[in-house]
Amino acid sequence: METSEFEIFELNDTRYRTTINKKFAQRKSWIPHDPNKIISVIPGTIEEIFVHENQKIKKGECMLILEAMKMKNRINAPKDCTIEKIHISTGDKLPKGALLLEIL
Amino acid sequence: MSSREKTLELLRRREKAVKGGGDEALEKQIAMGKLNARDRIIALLDKDSFHEYDLFVEHEGRDFDMEKKQLAGDGVITGTGTIDGHPICIFAQDFTVAGGSLGLMHARKITKIMDHAIKMRVPLIGINDSGGARVQEGVNSLAGYGEIFYRNTLASGYIPQISVILGPCAGGAVYSPALTDFVFVVDKISKMFITGPEVIKTVLGEEISMEDLGGARVHAEITGNAHFFAESEYECFQQLHRLISFIPWNNTRKPLTYPPRKPKKDYKIEEIVPDDPKMPYDVRDVIKAIVDASDFFEIQELWAANIVIGFGRVEGETIGFVANQPLVLAGVLDVDSSNKAARFIRFCDAFNIPIVTMVDLPGYLPGIDQEHAGVIRHGAKVLYAYSEATVPKITFILRKAYGGGYIAMSSRHLHADFVFAWPGAEIAVMGPEGAANIIFRKEITTAANPEEMRQKKIKEYKEKFANPYVAAAKGYIDSVIRPEETRTFLMHAMNVSSQKSEERPKKKHGIPPF
Repeated sequence: METSEFEIFELNDTRYRTTINKKFAQRKSWIPHDPNKIISVIPGTIEEIFVHENQKIKKGECMLILEAMKMKNRINAPKDCTIEKIHISTGDKLPKGALLLEIL
Repeated sequence: MSSREKTLELLRRREKAVKGGGDEALEKQIAMGKLNARDRIIALLDKDSFHEYDLFVEHEGRDFDMEKKQLAGDGVITGTGTIDGHPICIFAQDFTVAGGSLGLMHARKITKIMDHAIKMRVPLIGINDSGGARVQEGVNSLAGYGEIFYRNTLASGYIPQISVILGPCAGGAVYSPALTDFVFVVDKISKMFITGPEVIKTVLGEEISMEDLGGARVHAEITGNAHFFAESEYECFQQLHRLISFIPWNNTRKPLTYPPRKPKKDYKIEEIVPDDPKMPYDVRDVIKAIVDASDFFEIQELWAANIVIGFGRVEGETIGFVANQPLVLAGVLDVDSSNKAARFIRFCDAFNIPIVTMVDLPGYLPGIDQEHAGVIRHGAKVLYAYSEATVPKITFILRKAYGGGYIAMSSRHLHADFVFAWPGAEIAVMGPEGAANIIFRKEITTAANPEEMRQKKIKEYKEKFANPYVAAAKGYIDSVIRPEETRTFLMHAMNVSSQKSEERPKKKHGIPPF
């Protein structure tokens, strides 16, 4: 086996020659979660939006309804905050991980 | 009616029933590149060995005009036969009859043959090819599935259960193969998923083809749900024949002993591992250098390739192998490889197959994705499986065995029965480079020439710790042996352990980190 056939895989300061499998090569980098960004945790449709930009709301207040998996999911405010920006409108079909609102 | 007329009546009914869904449906099946259910059984089993039960079973559906429909055998063929002389119970769903859909009587036929296999203590083979639950029978279909899953669980570890996916196997149906020991898939024919592409599209708006969602390759390479991948149904049947030769009929027996053969001369075991400890080699070559006829039957070859599992024979006796593969990701343990090894160890332990472990790993795979995927919990499965196993456990440490990896790979501490190390084994907390940087950090950073000091310390650590003799001095390994002695020591270990008996604390069962 020739050295050139293999890639370098470093573990604990030691560089091993080996092959890298697909799963490892395609792994997603981790992005820290920004608490001020409200992201959809499930794909669905925006049924109703209860807030407007610059509105001050309290922790637990319902900001919008995301219809998914035959349920009307209430998306509540994670803390007392002001709505900075709304990125969606009623009727939008969204994938998982879509940016819904930004809060402060 | 005379005797002759009654016989003719029987032959007439038989002829009608074996046609399945009729010629047109049969042509469609062939056009899809699939064999029909009856032909599959004939191709798989020994000639003239198949005896069918319940050919004349009829469905009892009464809603949606079902009483007007005649479904031959209610869409499934069940019976017994032999494969290379080994007795088995088999069921094969017939896609030409109502799409192979499962109704109550269809399920009852399957549970009847499952109960039969459990009582007769023979392996069960299920050929899955079904559109899923028969909607017209409503809750009866769900009841049918439930009865099958329950028996899959009761039979688990009692008789070997094998699933062959030769068509769609979707929705609830796919839980039966998931509960069985080995799953065979065929490229472009097998489809397994819980929710299909149409439902995913409607509910979540994501688009994907059936093949990309749950085709044979997906399960062989990505999910690990499949154990054997074939390009054609015939290749699949050949793989099944090979598997049957390595496994026992039930959990009170050992696999069949075959005539002993020597390994092929092509594999020179002392030449396989490179001198440079950072260079890889294919650990399967090491296995082939010691098994009879160099015949190694690998399982789940395409998934979690950084660990190798499979069956081989030594002096005619079947053994199960678990080996780190330095060729892929330097042989590290991670989420997938831990799952792959743990389940195989459990199968071997349930069915009286000794486990031989070949160790050469630098540790566990680091990474946020690994940690968040629960490598802690999955890695623990290997520790659990090895510790609880009471079959003979024989370990060969070929090269690196660092840290947690050393413990997990069937070490003496998990009560392996025989632990041997090759002269190049490095049994240590970590590799010399990593260790030098941690233990000798002060000396290196304060040295006049740090790089020179670093190399000096690495060499020191290598000589002092990265060898098998520290562990040997403590009795943690039984012997340091030369690679050429491996097969001899393995044969000796198998002879000595053939009557092994080990007790475990009496309890209903443990709680593995599922």
